[in-house]
Amino acid sequence: METILLLAHVEADGSLAKPALEALTAARTIRHYLAGSSLVVGLSGADVGDAVRWIGSCGAARFLGVSGPAFAEPRYATDAAAAEALARASGATLVIAPATSRWSRCLPGVAQRLNGRIDTHITGAMATEGQLTVSRWYYRQRMEALLQRTQRPWFLAIDMGCHEPWAGGSVPVALESVAVDLPESATRTRFLDFRAPQAGEQTIRPDAGLLFVTGAGWTKKQPDGKTHAEEAAALILDFLRKTQASLGSSKSLVDLGGEGQAVLPFLSHLNQVGQTGSTPRHPKGLATCCHGEEPHVVGWRFITERRAVNLDPNCGWARGKADVLYVADAFEVMRKVNEMLAAG
Amino acid sequence: MQSFHIVVCGSIVPDPLQTLEPIAGPAGPSLKNEMMLPAVLDPWAAHALYEAANLAKKAAGSKVWLVSLGPKAKLQQVMMTVAQKVPFELVALDGPAGGFTDSYEVAAALAEAIQGIAGVDRSRLLVFGGWESASRGSGSTMQMVGERLGILDQFQGVDELTVAGDGSLRILERVEGGKHQVSACPGPPAVLGWATGNLPEPPNNPQVGMANMRAIMPALQRAKPVKLVLEGLSFGSVKVPSQRRETRIVKDLSAEDVAREILAWIRTQ
Repeated sequence: METILLLAHVEADGSLAKPALEALTAARTIRHYLAGSSLVVGLSGADVGDAVRWIGSCGAARFLGVSGPAFAEPRYATDAAAAEALARASGATLVIAPATSRWSRCLPGVAQRLNGRIDTHITGAMATEGQLTVSRWYYRQRMEALLQRTQRPWFLAIDMGCHEPWAGGSVPVALESVAVDLPESATRTRFLDFRAPQAGEQTIRPDAGLLFVTGAGWTKKQPDGKTHAEEAAALILDFLRKTQASLGSSKSLVDLGGEGQAVLPFLSHLNQVGQTGSTPRHPKGLATCCHGEEPHVVGWRFITERRAVNLDPNCGWARGKADVLYVADAFEVMRKVNEMLAAG
Repeated sequence: MQSFHIVVCGSIVPDPLQTLEPIAGPAGPSLKNEMMLPAVLDPWAAHALYEAANLAKKAAGSKVWLVSLGPKAKLQQVMMTVAQKVPFELVALDGPAGGFTDSYEVAAALAEAIQGIAGVDRSRLLVFGGWESASRGSGSTMQMVGERLGILDQFQGVDELTVAGDGSLRILERVEGGKHQVSACPGPPAVLGWATGNLPEPPNNPQVGMANMRAIMPALQRAKPVKLVLEGLSFGSVKVPSQRRETRIVKDLSAEDVAREILAWIRTQ
């Protein structure tokens, strides 16, 4: 019989973000699998009152909260202190949290403090002979494993996009405040700001329906013997603005900037998809001027429908990595796509 | 600028171009022909090492150690290449480097090794590493190492570290939505799990390589054996999912027709 703690931090406006609601669904699912288990919700933030009411009908037996200005800011020491206090107060044997940057930063340390264990990037959970079994990927999404643990508490960081966000009614519930005695050293680090990598042009949109990937071909010499990086940048940005797609890139294109070659000015390593980049989740992905080599394509693991535009009919995409490969000039194709989008 | 003692945690992973196949063994899953696969320094740990060397170069009196847990023979192969890049002193641990290990046990071994390095000054200590490995990919080892060392100023997904004149640190960490979180810390000790950073891979420098290798070979000979037992962890299955698609290759459409088809596809729910 497990005590399942759902950990979430409230946003600046007092709400819970989508990853927290997805993790709540995961926690409820796990409780359903493990007969006799109970669910406890633990929230931290400046003021958790509104968030607790919002998820009041989720079926949790207890609602715990750590509140205060120090817990509003994302910071290892204070987030870890809040999570530790909530885990101790709940007596949790399983701790479920969304794999946000905030929890990913501190939860392994909390597991260490409590002599527990942690598994991250959890994509699914099930019961096997009454025991919890979780799935996660290894070797950059190349292989998937099912695993169990006997140690408790067992921390599980749930990958985003793997569960439906919980949706239920707002109900007033009794909030148990959990006190945390922060040492002065816990606030040595100061949160200053969030910064977008390029002023005025947000190109990474995790919730977008389409991932648009650019490869190094956009900056290579075209049939006229010249590079057209500026035109490429204009075509890509025009497409992104019209479709609200999320922009990804191959490593080779991002690296060109460091080698002094013509680059797309709005790209950074944050756009990089693949072995040393991200593994985003989008229903569709369109690759352009990208060869589809394995280190890049491992980042496409969670892209459901895949199409590519490339001049090379023997590129990696042709070898079973895309559903459709258009052997065509991406400049011409995207110019036409943008014209059609503009025409409605 | 104040000087630093920078300890980089970084192990080895199979070359990303290799085909990987899991196999079941008595001690848990592993990779087929794991010892035969060409290996490289874990990419994000390599970024951490290059950033460490860059910082040490700018802050006179600094020193870089690389603490690496892996099979001694494989470590030796990889170090032949890595040693050409930047100056560091190797602290080798002889044990498994595969993905199917537990970060809790790995962190214990790394923290013990760091505590055993003679002359490390905690007031100047920065512990670097990759924010995730390309093998286990859990993103949890560095935090546990930090906890074991009693370091509460920790940062993950770091892309930039700036040191001010007073020795304070300004750190950019990756967060959701393609943004960076900007934080300030008065100074060491701190743990930084690096993402890509901003530095290109340094070119090979034979002089650096020769200087490094003089200490690397003895360090490998001294490598302490580490046994990872996967206590309480059991794997039900490990498999490579089939992801091969029946690719339709479209060669003869005009750009306009391709555009029309792509647009129709994008607009389909």
